[in-house]
Amino acid sequence: MSGTLTNRVFGWTSFTAFGLLLLTACDGRPWNNPYPLKDDGSNILYSEFSERPKHLDPVRSYVSNEYEILAQIYEPVVQYHYLKRPYQLATLTATDIPQPRYLDSNQQPLPPDVDVSQIAYSVYDIEIKPGIRYQPHPAFARDEQGRFRYHQLSDEQLSNIYTLADFAHTGSRELVAADYVYQIKRLAHPRLHSPIFGVMTDYIVGLQDYADTLQKTHAQRKVDTPDRTPYIDLHKLDLAGVKEVDKYRYQITIKGKYPQFVYWLAMPFFAPMPAEAERFYLQPGLVEKNITLDWFPVGTGPYMLTENNPNLKMVLQRNPNFHGELYPQEGDPGDREAGLLRDAGKPLPFIDKVVYNLEKELIPYWNKFLQGYYDISSISSDSFDQAIQFTGEGEATLTDSMREKGINLLTAVQTSVWFYGFNMQDKLVGGDSERARKLRQAIAIAIDIEEFISIFANGRGIPAQGPIPPGIFGHTEGEQGINPYVYNWVDGRPQRKSIADAKRLLAEAGYANGRDEKTGKPLLLYFDTAMPGPDAKAFLNWLRKQFQKINVQLVIRNTDFNRFQEKVRKGTAQIFRWGWNADYPDPENFLFLLYGPNKKVLNNGENGANYDSPVFNRLFEQMKTMENGPQRKVIIDQMLEVLRRDSPWVFSHFPKGFSLYHSWYANVKPNLMANNTLKYKRIEPGLREQKRHEWNQPVLLPLLVIVVVLLLMILPGVLTYIRKEHHSNNRSAV
Amino acid sequence: MTMGTIQFAFLWTDILIFILVAAIAVFVIYTIKHKHLRDPWKRVFQRRLGMAAFLVLMAYVCVGLLDSVHYKKGDNPEIISLFDDLVGGLRTREEKSYSAPFATHLFAKEMMERADGSRVRGYPRLQYGGAHLQDPHKDKWADITQRVLQAVLLALIAWLLFSALMILWLARRKQQTWRSMLSSVWHGKESLPWKVVLVTLGLLILFMALLLQLSTHYHVLGTDKVGQDVLYQSLKSIRTGLVIGTLTTLFMLPFAIALGIMAGYFRGWVDDVIQYLYTTLNSIPGVLLIAAAVLMLQVYMSNHPDQFGDVISRADARLLFLCLILGVTSWTGLCRLLRGEAMKISQVEYIQAANAFGVGHLRVISRHILPNVMHIVLIAVVLDFSGLVLAEAVLSYVGVGVDPTTNSWGNMINSARLEMAREPMVWWSLIAAFSFMFMLVLAANLFSDAVRDAFDPRLQRQQ
Amino acid sequence: MMAYIIRRVLYAIPILIGVNLITFVLFFFVNTPDDMARMHLGEKRVTQEAVEKWKEERGYDRPMIYNNEADGIKTLTDTIFFDKSVKLFAFDFGQSDDGRNIAHDISQRMWPSLAIALPTLLVGLLVNITLAMLLAFFRATYIDITGVVLGVVLMSISSLFYIIGGQFLMSKLWHLMPISGYDTGIDAFKFLILPVIIGVIGGIGSGTRWYRTIFLEEINKDYVRTSRAKGLSELKVLFKHVLKNAMIPILTGVVVVIPLLFIGSLVTEAFFAIPGLGSYTIDAINHQDFSIVRAMVFLGSVLYIIGLIMTDISYTLVDPRIRLE
Repeated sequence: MSGTLTNRVFGWTSFTAFGLLLLTACDGRPWNNPYPLKDDGSNILYSEFSERPKHLDPVRSYVSNEYEILAQIYEPVVQYHYLKRPYQLATLTATDIPQPRYLDSNQQPLPPDVDVSQIAYSVYDIEIKPGIRYQPHPAFARDEQGRFRYHQLSDEQLSNIYTLADFAHTGSRELVAADYVYQIKRLAHPRLHSPIFGVMTDYIVGLQDYADTLQKTHAQRKVDTPDRTPYIDLHKLDLAGVKEVDKYRYQITIKGKYPQFVYWLAMPFFAPMPAEAERFYLQPGLVEKNITLDWFPVGTGPYMLTENNPNLKMVLQRNPNFHGELYPQEGDPGDREAGLLRDAGKPLPFIDKVVYNLEKELIPYWNKFLQGYYDISSISSDSFDQAIQFTGEGEATLTDSMREKGINLLTAVQTSVWFYGFNMQDKLVGGDSERARKLRQAIAIAIDIEEFISIFANGRGIPAQGPIPPGIFGHTEGEQGINPYVYNWVDGRPQRKSIADAKRLLAEAGYANGRDEKTGKPLLLYFDTAMPGPDAKAFLNWLRKQFQKINVQLVIRNTDFNRFQEKVRKGTAQIFRWGWNADYPDPENFLFLLYGPNKKVLNNGENGANYDSPVFNRLFEQMKTMENGPQRKVIIDQMLEVLRRDSPWVFSHFPKGFSLYHSWYANVKPNLMANNTLKYKRIEPGLREQKRHEWNQPVLLPLLVIVVVLLLMILPGVLTYIRKEHHSNNRSAV
Repeated sequence: MTMGTIQFAFLWTDILIFILVAAIAVFVIYTIKHKHLRDPWKRVFQRRLGMAAFLVLMAYVCVGLLDSVHYKKGDNPEIISLFDDLVGGLRTREEKSYSAPFATHLFAKEMMERADGSRVRGYPRLQYGGAHLQDPHKDKWADITQRVLQAVLLALIAWLLFSALMILWLARRKQQTWRSMLSSVWHGKESLPWKVVLVTLGLLILFMALLLQLSTHYHVLGTDKVGQDVLYQSLKSIRTGLVIGTLTTLFMLPFAIALGIMAGYFRGWVDDVIQYLYTTLNSIPGVLLIAAAVLMLQVYMSNHPDQFGDVISRADARLLFLCLILGVTSWTGLCRLLRGEAMKISQVEYIQAANAFGVGHLRVISRHILPNVMHIVLIAVVLDFSGLVLAEAVLSYVGVGVDPTTNSWGNMINSARLEMAREPMVWWSLIAAFSFMFMLVLAANLFSDAVRDAFDPRLQRQQ
Repeated sequence: MMAYIIRRVLYAIPILIGVNLITFVLFFFVNTPDDMARMHLGEKRVTQEAVEKWKEERGYDRPMIYNNEADGIKTLTDTIFFDKSVKLFAFDFGQSDDGRNIAHDISQRMWPSLAIALPTLLVGLLVNITLAMLLAFFRATYIDITGVVLGVVLMSISSLFYIIGGQFLMSKLWHLMPISGYDTGIDAFKFLILPVIIGVIGGIGSGTRWYRTIFLEEINKDYVRTSRAKGLSELKVLFKHVLKNAMIPILTGVVVVIPLLFIGSLVTEAFFAIPGLGSYTIDAINHQDFSIVRAMVFLGSVLYIIGLIMTDISYTLVDPRIRLE
């Protein structure tokens, strides 16, 4: 009896486990398929996000993972051409690329080639295409009388609303120039804290005054209606520098000449925003249910966000009202051969739906990609060897096992730069003295960036010779482009100077053998960081080793991110590591990081090293307003020379993005400036389905073995017991 | 080799560890002198598993103690420990990056420059691992086998020597011939399981001999991302594990004992206040409390950089603080147990009588209550130890564990878990950390079982 | 009975105030409102002005605990502490610092946590009791001894190892289930199997051991011996008497953890990308979102206290001899 009992218990648990497993798999689909059955074979792209986007309001968003979603929904007037390099602008909703007219201080027109000093204002006249319509959205829904259905929600109406999809009616309307004006006004809104408000006050005429007015109105409204977020109709308050001309035209006036301004127009900050949306979302009941403009965007783009559960997944779906756009007809040389023009002239977008799943841990993400459940993956340094190998020339290619799976590799040098900054206000490493300069130069030689790239980035990066990455005007390849204070040009490639050179510089600086000649004390330097995560320890050990090479002791001051930022802001950090990602493809966007008036300390700018060289500052001001050309190049080269000599940064590297994609994913070309590239992509669901089946056959044998082993362990005991019981029964019978 | 001047450096945890060791020594001497205290301990060591676990624990403790003597040597400003000095090359033999256990080449291919100046991609030879071999592909396994055999021989000799000495010592103490002693040890007739001692020690000696023979010429457990020997890291992590397991208890005990007994003995408002205190603390999720406290420490450190001059003392302060805060979160359980027990004991007639005769509270507590709850304290201490060692790993994962520069199993696991996604997989760091941790925790668990069985009066009755 | 429960509930209030004060002091010691503002405004191009505005917007521009400038009762009420704490008692958690309604988030995220924790608890209970019965049944045989040693071995393995190993074997090598993720409704099932199995296996060591001790204690009692002497078979004794009586300590031990199931497990949820309250808490710690952390601490404390009260009540229910004082 006991035998049957134990078997029953064991059998029951293992049977249910198996039974349930089989139940899910009875249709022959892979057991580990994480997606619902009904989505098999659909035209859906699967991607991931590791951290929920904080803001999806285009006036606040300034982070790439937010742009990845936003850019598919909101449409600024211009965009970057998908295929052409160097990066150039193309129209999106505008009829033409905006060109500035120049005015003098008396508002009188000036000829286009006039000297910069005379230009007081630049005016951009922008015209948008007619007939563009917003995505279906409850904010636009009107009842039979033409009143907005959902702008005065009652408690009763609200009680059945949990997400945006619960509204029965939706509406739409045509995109007008006023929507663009409205959005620019929102940059100044005190409730919204736009990150570029500070920068834009320097350019857009009247923005600061506008913000002050808004601030007052906002404060007043808060007193008037204390229990709800105040709504201000921005249409009623005029902003001096931005005017609606007519239904399809508007005008922006900026101070002086700022050729890079047109690049800002391609960013979501300058996308259109319908006033209805803001009014709709500010209703108190909706805010409580987390239905806000910051979470559910309203746009005219090819996709709309239909599900936003930041705890689980976000879903983009094709916008049925999309105005239609065609795949570019022409590209760079080689694009046709690469199959990138196969869809030329076809209507966008190709993919019906995009599902972004929350994926916090790297290992599950990578494995799901390999199993075919994600269509594209960037690769971390640790899963690298599996995927990539280098050819004799140092060219990255895929390993055979990857190629067998039909996986493709995409590489692109990113428009960002990593560097080690010295705090130039520090007594030891900072300042303009020859002593400190030599110390900095010595350190720049000692930190072996090549080794860093090979160990920590697995070769995914290029040692930086200056702050300007390849692909941006001002970057020079070859011997002319090297940093002569750190590298020699040997055999046709840059070679890091020797440690002996670094030691010599250190000795000249008065720290022979790592000791201060005057005091005899060992030289202690501090590295400030807020590195969390698994790689931190290895990296910090490595960095200490770099300094030890020239007998300098490096003390790591690891703290949390806030504290670290505060240190940099207050100028109490000594050496730190930082990176910058370009806003737009112009050298000004990198060199301004070292412009004196942008100092972090006091001015709270982006110049974390607090570098302030009069020569550099003067050249920067000159370079800033110039058009790209030989003259600008000459000035940039002069600036680079100043930087390399002063060495306020140790230029680390320009990261290279490596990403992998499966054979069923097409029209992929890296474009680091454009974020709205989803509409160009195409997938083949049939092929994907087939591969998933092929790659994910369940392996059952080990489980069976485990069960059998467990049973075998119990069996002898059970047998003994039965014998004993039998025996005692017999005895009692006797 | 000149030693140069040696300047001792005392870290806070070092000092506390040695205070703890001294306290344990006093406790041991006191116990040996009193029969009623000695007997339960005897029962602990009579159990074979208890004895074996104790010896393994002692091996860990030895490494931990050696690693707790810190000094600066000569002009070198770096603080090292006696353990670092003893293992010598294990610390300094760093490769460039990953290499597998017993590898002679790096784990990943790299661009290499040939003698003729051409560049190829291949696996470079390690700087130290198997560097003595002419042709690693051919000679490696022969060399390893030879070293293993040497090690076994060495271990055997050492073990035989030790066994003989032990038998002779036992024989002399019991005034028997060594022959009869040998036979009674062999047949387990002695009160203590000496055979287990011999076998366990034999294994430990063998293990050490193998490491001695192999680790000088190979990376027995491979190297990590920046080329550090994984065996070295695992061994260094022992100290961290032990510190967390023991010092936490050290911090927690005074609170738990004082408050628990006070609550149970005095009752009334004292009991109310103490109960309020521990219920409040207990109801805060532990991880949040630890996270907040660790962040707080970081703020303090960055505001007072001069007090934490070098990396090692910063890391030490954080370790100490972690113990402290773990202590704060874990004293409540013991406190509650003691409160209940003290309440029960104070109802006993002779204590009521003592109270009636006006004997001081302090005296009653120290004479009558404390000795009667000590077994609970002891059981709680040994039980907590393994839990704390395991907790360190989880905390490091959450990001509020020990300092990232400290060697600890948690840090090793945390940095190694990403390596599981590599192909071919880098498994050795993870396995090494888990195995070393596993052995310690297993030994601690087995030992605590033995302690509980020996001390718990309830279990005593059952046997 | 009712009076007792009410008294216990009232007793909980000072505890919750204490909890609030502790977390408040801890978090603001670390995290000034300025820090919080910068954390939430992002990294690029943030001005002090924006920080001030942010603070004003969310009421962080007031003094912490004591307001010198106000009069009367306002010295205590017009402060960050009062403002942020009082509402908790009405379970109005307010908005997280990125503008989401916390109560709404919690109400959504507790179900996934529960979906993992409850099956883990139930299956774990079933497996552990079965195994413990088995060991008790075969006590003092090789099965018992191996079982106990195996239990200690299982207990000595780090929980991280179970997770990493489980994902590696079950999902990566054997393709048996999705490696991580979550879905709503019936689709959630396939995502739950792995974390539940791992949770159960991780708990087998300590659980089985603990229940075995309870069973053995019961087996050694006199009435069991008597019934065995009466000739009842060992199995009948085990099921009829031992299991029944041992269920009392087992169930009362379980009751205390039931409310806490809502909170979820930090590590499991992070590894398996389960959108529960555990991962919510970890995120909040990493983002230093004080409002969420405070809400979670408060919630945790409330649930803990509920658990304590439930335990007390369940004692009286199962064992009428115990009366509530």
